[in-house]
Amino acid sequence: MNNIAIKVEGVSKKYRLGVVSSVTLKKDIKKAIHNFFFKTKKIDDVSENDRSLSDESEYVWSLKDINFEIEKGDVIGIIGKNGAGKSTLLKILSQITAPTEGKVKINGKIASLLEVGTGFHPELTGLQNIYLNGSILGMRKSEITSKLNEIIEFAGVQRYIDTPVKRYSSGMYVRLAFAIAAHLDTDILIIDEVLAVGDAEFQNKCIGKMNEISKKDGKTVLFVSHNINSISNLTNKCILLENGKINFVGKTEEAIAKYYSKNKNIVNTYNAEYNNERLKVLNVEIVTTYTSFTQACEGIFKIRFTIQTSEPINNAGISFQIFNNIDAPIVHISLFNSEQPFLSSSGVHTYECEIPKLRLFMGDYKINVYVAENSGQNLLEVIEGICPFNVKMINKHRDYDWQANSCAYLEEFNWKKT
Amino acid sequence: MGSNKNNWSKVISAKRSWWDIDLKGVLNYKDLISSLIRRDLVSIYKQTILGPVWFLFGPLFTVFTYTFAFSTIAKIPTDGIPAPVFYLAGTILWNYFQACFNQASGTFINNAHLFGKVYFPRIIPSIAMIISNLLKMLLQFIVFIVFCIYYQNQEMISMNIYILSFPLLVLLMAILSLGFGLIISSLSVKYRDLNQLIGVFITLLMYASPIIYPSSSVPSVLKPYLSLNPIAPIINSFRYAFTGAGAFDWWGILYTTIFSLFMLFFGLILFHKVEKTFIDTI
Repeated sequence: MNNIAIKVEGVSKKYRLGVVSSVTLKKDIKKAIHNFFFKTKKIDDVSENDRSLSDESEYVWSLKDINFEIEKGDVIGIIGKNGAGKSTLLKILSQITAPTEGKVKINGKIASLLEVGTGFHPELTGLQNIYLNGSILGMRKSEITSKLNEIIEFAGVQRYIDTPVKRYSSGMYVRLAFAIAAHLDTDILIIDEVLAVGDAEFQNKCIGKMNEISKKDGKTVLFVSHNINSISNLTNKCILLENGKINFVGKTEEAIAKYYSKNKNIVNTYNAEYNNERLKVLNVEIVTTYTSFTQACEGIFKIRFTIQTSEPINNAGISFQIFNNIDAPIVHISLFNSEQPFLSSSGVHTYECEIPKLRLFMGDYKINVYVAENSGQNLLEVIEGICPFNVKMINKHRDYDWQANSCAYLEEFNWKKT
Repeated sequence: MGSNKNNWSKVISAKRSWWDIDLKGVLNYKDLISSLIRRDLVSIYKQTILGPVWFLFGPLFTVFTYTFAFSTIAKIPTDGIPAPVFYLAGTILWNYFQACFNQASGTFINNAHLFGKVYFPRIIPSIAMIISNLLKMLLQFIVFIVFCIYYQNQEMISMNIYILSFPLLVLLMAILSLGFGLIISSLSVKYRDLNQLIGVFITLLMYASPIIYPSSSVPSVLKPYLSLNPIAPIINSFRYAFTGAGAFDWWGILYTTIFSLFMLFFGLILFHKVEKTFIDTI
């Protein structure tokens, strides 16, 4: 028995750059004449898919020689930076466009969700749009009718089902659209970032539904997302694309680690020059779980300060605050001379603070640093908004749902029966 | 893996032969065709009070304008039959052609948002469009029949057995417009210039067809050129069948049949060649 759901053999995709104009017409005609007379295909000048290279060529390989197999029942994530070829691969797999070279073999009924609510007509009612969108996605009318109640209930739009969707709130619109897609009955499902819709509650509901589809129903799912959190929640294997080529195929955790080790070019340390001040913070750097300043929730987090002083500072103190993306302070940690001799001589000093388990909610964070004397009475230096880093909740087995608005930080704790 | 070569339910590959048109796939999507037809018909008169009556209003208004401008003022002959029925006979099928042609030639551009997100046989919106326009046309046809019966009772026109050819004439119009439309839509994917020409082309074609004038009033010098127009035999034969004016143009119908089948064939091949990768250029 054939256990392969999708087999991709040597798939490449070439794109033409620039705009269509009389110049392209001229080139097209030239090429056609060449092909006609010489019977050989003129090889176009094609460059690799790497935006950092400046190249004169007119064509670019968005994907180059992609080979992989997906077994039935696998839940596969496709990750990669913007422009790595994720969307192109999805488009080829879902037959939106054909590859320039190579073949894709598919075993089973396939459906793709590159968008929710494709073909929704604003003037039609919710009910009419369920039938329209369902049939666009390839469902039969009888199939839609049998699932109608489920869809309406999942979307939670019972009251509005006979109202044109143009009167829907955007949340209702998206919920209805997702509900239809979630009830598609296929063997293979291709999903592109559709989860990035709706409020937190609905997103959780969607993730739950995705889990149900992939784990309980045993469907083959291909999932493309920038959201590493949902990738790690949903998938067991990943394909890492880089510049149109496959960089890695394998376990999700390994793929994610590889993905982050690829983005080394971001500078997230703070540096300053010493100009004979009494005190100067020369360098602040953070050490995160992954490279490229990505921190795992509950992972070790370290921050290092290098400070130069021209004389001992009286009762010195240092502190740093971690702010979230809306500039709300979440964590404040300090060190004073009373706890440990601190800046009590002139010279260059390096201090490191380690947080054994940084339990921050996923998101972007940055740091403010304060150095003071006289037990904090007199601020010597303030550095704001440095060392940005991102917290991911990778592979966390959550027994409860940690919502963004329920709390920002989890403290370590022990429960005891007394 | 070589042994279970035939186990794959679908193979997506770079090259596809030109005759490999997926007709079975179209049948699998017949529910989509009916959904799209319903969308076309329902959405157009949403939030109007008269609803489908508006389908009738446009052509009636056109006919009264023509009657006033071309018959009453310009005194263009109407082959001895009442002007309103003469113009209606001309415009009903012509409007059908025009609507189908316009929509078919915009298939790729107007459906790019759909085609870019979901796969289904790309010909489906065109098939749905042909049918929904047919339904709109039949509504107008009913009005035309009312006119015909009125004038028939006045013994000013003579409907004859040729009215049985109506389905054939409609089918020819559908094939012709789809053929033309598919060619334009395929060619305009890359070079949009063609779209700019459509309006001019449609106007020219209308005046080259016996819609506001009878074929009998065309000077004999021009007649050979006019007979190249595949629309003319359809309009002439339709008008003869329902009013008795002019003649049923057997040779012309034969010419139109061959011409339109050729156009459809050519259009389908072009469309098929373009549909796989048009989304990269559109």
